[in-house]
Amino acid sequence: MTPTRRRRLVWVIGILAGVGLASALALRAFQQNVTFYFDPSKIAAGEVKPGEAFRLGGLVQKGSLVRTPGTLQVRFVVTDFRHSVSVRYDKVLPDLFREGAGVVAHGRLNAQGVFIADDVLAKHDSNYMPPPVARSLEQAAASGAPGAASAVAAVAGGAR
Amino acid sequence: MVVELGHYALILAMLLAAAQAFFGLAGPAYARPRWMAAASSAACGQFVFVALAVATMIHAFVTDDFSVRYVAENSNSALPLFYRITALWGAHEGSMLLWILVLALWTVAVVARVRYLPQPFGARVLGVLGLLSCGFLLFTLTTSSPFARLFPVPPDGNSLNPLLQDPAFAVHPPVLYTGYVGFSVSFAFACAAMIEGRRDSLWARWMRPWTVMAWACLACGIALGSWWAYYELGWGGFWSWDPVENASFMPWLVGTGLIHSLIVTEKRGLFKSWTLLLALAAFSLSLLGTFLVRSGVLTSVHSFAADPSRGVFILAFLLLVIGGALTLYTFRAPTMQSSAGFELLSRESFLLFNNILLVIAAAVVLAGTLAPQVAQTFNLGTLSVGPPYFNPSFFVPTLPLLALLALGIHSRWRRGGLSAARRVLTLTFIAAVALALVAAFAIYGHPLVLTPVGATLGLWIILSSLVDPIDRLRRRLSLSPSVLGMTVAHIGLGVFVLGITFVQSNSIERDVALKPGQAAQVGDYLFRYEGVRRISGPNFDASRATIVVTRQGAPVTTLYPEKRQYWVQDAVQTKAAIAGAVHRDLLATLGDDVGGGAWSLRLQYRPMVRLIWLGGLIMALGGIIAVIGRRQRGPIPAWAAQTGAGSTGAGAGPAGGPVPAGGVARTATAAPLAAPRRDLA
Repeated sequence: MTPTRRRRLVWVIGILAGVGLASALALRAFQQNVTFYFDPSKIAAGEVKPGEAFRLGGLVQKGSLVRTPGTLQVRFVVTDFRHSVSVRYDKVLPDLFREGAGVVAHGRLNAQGVFIADDVLAKHDSNYMPPPVARSLEQAAASGAPGAASAVAAVAGGAR
Repeated sequence: MVVELGHYALILAMLLAAAQAFFGLAGPAYARPRWMAAASSAACGQFVFVALAVATMIHAFVTDDFSVRYVAENSNSALPLFYRITALWGAHEGSMLLWILVLALWTVAVVARVRYLPQPFGARVLGVLGLLSCGFLLFTLTTSSPFARLFPVPPDGNSLNPLLQDPAFAVHPPVLYTGYVGFSVSFAFACAAMIEGRRDSLWARWMRPWTVMAWACLACGIALGSWWAYYELGWGGFWSWDPVENASFMPWLVGTGLIHSLIVTEKRGLFKSWTLLLALAAFSLSLLGTFLVRSGVLTSVHSFAADPSRGVFILAFLLLVIGGALTLYTFRAPTMQSSAGFELLSRESFLLFNNILLVIAAAVVLAGTLAPQVAQTFNLGTLSVGPPYFNPSFFVPTLPLLALLALGIHSRWRRGGLSAARRVLTLTFIAAVALALVAAFAIYGHPLVLTPVGATLGLWIILSSLVDPIDRLRRRLSLSPSVLGMTVAHIGLGVFVLGITFVQSNSIERDVALKPGQAAQVGDYLFRYEGVRRISGPNFDASRATIVVTRQGAPVTTLYPEKRQYWVQDAVQTKAAIAGAVHRDLLATLGDDVGGGAWSLRLQYRPMVRLIWLGGLIMALGGIIAVIGRRQRGPIPAWAAQTGAGSTGAGAGPAGGPVPAGGVARTATAAPLAAPRRDLA
């Protein structure tokens, strides 16, 4: 092997090793750091592992928002019209959080089955429905859950 | 009537773009100088008609013509005049119009400089740009015409999304698009070089200023967008790895690689095929970004109305452009071999490391951006990929990238060994470590593991970049604009790294519920809440809180965060109050009335956050210095006089003008132009 060739070989091996290492690290990061999304029906079906952090999506049930006066503590219920989950949160709620609107929250279930949110995601368009929430609601409507169909229609109408 | 004229003008623009593509590509192929010249004229005509179309839309916005659907959806008679104009790019259709206008502007800029290129090459560049314009015009006219009328005419418009009613929004999209679309010029140069099958590396010399300019604009646009998100969304975040942010960041990363590999290709004739590939990749990622943003494929705050037919069109266009370019690449790249060698620690090697690491960084971002969509398609569940993935993964390629930078700028072409620069590198490194330790432990405290590392890298980059320029100035030697630009850009990167390091390590954020008279401590600062009162703006009502900030008893500032209720869209929006200084920002964001006389508030202390955007702007400034300096210096090269004569004048006069001899053009196309200066090493 000529010196040039050997040097080139070293290069190629070095680059391949670098790319390999990077992809391995990226894959590991993926496995540890992606967050799955579940709707209340999937939680009721027991798809969530205990203690796992995930995203919960659905509609904020009308009339379910309760504040502890003078504190940041809020409780509300997220529903997909088939099942619902109680949520507790102790930070500032985003602008577009309102009863009857779609919401996505990040957090974990506690032993009592209450979702302790550490983040409630702000959406910047009042007509905007997060696609996973829209899909959950469509599935619920297809299975005949009362209320889901009208919510889907309202979203479709609102989406200009 | 006016808007219909605009629609008509846009159709004419598309026809002219088609003519530009035809003459630009067929002219050199059949060696017809008049056709090649016609490509320039068609490009100018296209620009005029695009500008006309844009002007009619602006007219419709200014005169509140709500019979135009797009105006009705994005404007309102109560909207201030300034925002009625910027509402033009407030949604999809207008954004596409802006995209087309920017592409036409770049094309005209190429026309203005085309006389510095050999005529066939310049014509081909314009031809490829014409194809791209044609595609985007067709897309806009068929799937997203902003000129559609609305019946019955509504009495008033739906108004602009309140988030977009902001001065930064007036500047951010045009600047960002200028960068985004600017890579189409690099793409066109790469395609032209491949079509001609050029064996020299002059094309790299021609492509470089355009690429640097586009890169600088993109840096500016991203920095502006980040700044806008920071103060307008009001929650203190400056980057959230949102798909649309990533869509602009990926071309920038690859573009950064491209401007570095172009240097090697220009100076040493190496990495030719790699440089071409990067030029194709940078623009392909811009297109992919458009696809992601405009098709509604990805969940994002930036995606407005989703329309599948648009997605299909852009996807087809994307495949056509990338597929076509890659096919060309497969045939041409093998002919562009370079034979020069270089040693392991030479400048070529360091620039290669730079490229590899930047491409890995872009790949990391791309993987995270596409993963949710891929998981969805293959039924692996609905997942979201956010900062927990991006932040650590992004460090893997970028930390070595930053660490190698100082070594790279002090390395020499071709020969390895850093012995000559060893003293400088050691001294600057020791100084950087010392300063970083002082900053991380003595000034800020509570460092994370990466705090001293980030601070050291940032400082080392700044200090080692300054060594050569200062040395040259001391010896009264001249400083070339490209070296000055490089130095400025690298210092910008160092400033940016310092900003990120201290914001990530030392920010404090507290959510509190306060009654009037109560206070909360945030770091050294005491925020005292005085109460809320109602106020009215031009098109909204608001609750405004008063918060007095003190530090160890001394008054610092008073903050007035607002919660606005816009009349037209029934939208609620927080307006954060930000007290900015060079070394720190204090933020207060107003939440809700939580009962019992208290309001919820988010209070934040963010050290050095300004350095993030300042760093971005300094980087862009560096690029602009390099380009402008180069232009003023560069005389018309000898080869341009040979083949470019009459390239703009040909066919203009009744007698036909000074048409160059057909033979010149024919040989130029048949065999690639022999470069008078083969290697510029």
